[in-house]
Amino acid sequence: MTAVGFVIAAYGVILGGICLYVAYLLRRLGIARDASRRVGGDLDEAP
Amino acid sequence: MKTRVLGFVALIAVIGASVNGLFVVPADLNQGDAQRIMYVHVASAWIAYASFGVTALAGLGYLIWRDLRLDALALAGAEVGVIFTAFAIWGGMMWGRPVWGVYWQWEDPRLTTTALLLALYIGYLLLRRLTDDPARRAARAAVVGLIAAVDIPIVHFSVIWWRGLHQGPTFGDPAKVLNPSAPLQFVLALLAMLAAFTLVWVYLLIRRYQLARIEWRLEEAARRGRIAAARGSALGAASVEEPAR
Repeated sequence: MTAVGFVIAAYGVILGGICLYVAYLLRRLGIARDASRRVGGDLDEAP
Repeated sequence: MKTRVLGFVALIAVIGASVNGLFVVPADLNQGDAQRIMYVHVASAWIAYASFGVTALAGLGYLIWRDLRLDALALAGAEVGVIFTAFAIWGGMMWGRPVWGVYWQWEDPRLTTTALLLALYIGYLLLRRLTDDPARRAARAAVVGLIAAVDIPIVHFSVIWWRGLHQGPTFGDPAKVLNPSAPLQFVLALLAMLAAFTLVWVYLLIRRYQLARIEWRLEEAARRGRIAAARGSALGAASVEEPAR
């Protein structure tokens, strides 16, 4: 693999990983907020 | 809403810093294009240090004030730190192969202590799953978080204390900060990536903290529900038994 290939692999995994983690967090937050609404308590966005 | 704006600004900053590091800044004379990996590698390592520092301080704060919000912050720091430590290791491996000729070398103190740091905080996250009691979980995690934090300065100073493949610290030497040996363009590209990753880090910490708080409250609601159900069934059993007496 050339140096450019290593650069692409590094940036791809790191930046792609950040995007995936953000998507995962937002999805889990959405599910948790839905569940908190179903529970009916005052469980909205934390301070 | 403010967090959403922060996320948008962080996204723009990361795109800008990446375009700058990949296409605007020239390639290094000796390392060639592989040197561009340094921008994301060093920034990931910086975020990992900062995250585990937050975990240690929040854990210490929890042990003093017994506030579960600090435990949520410690959890956020540990999870984000584990991810960015893995990114730092990956970036280092991708840089190491074309420049050093190897992806990894266990004899190198910086590499080995960083792998240990990753293992310690994965252990921290696994430990949190051992109990459902929030107070007990927070106290145990705080102690482990503080013990694991001992490895942070060891990782940082390992390149000074022992000999290995890894070069000296990028940060921490005042003489280097004031008179960097690298061209200004490279230094600015690195600082831009550090700033962008710091914005991303703050955004991720806030989101993970929010998630931890909501999940903790859901756990509390579920626990109250189980207690109420147990009381209800106990009362039911008592009323069934009553006529027999």
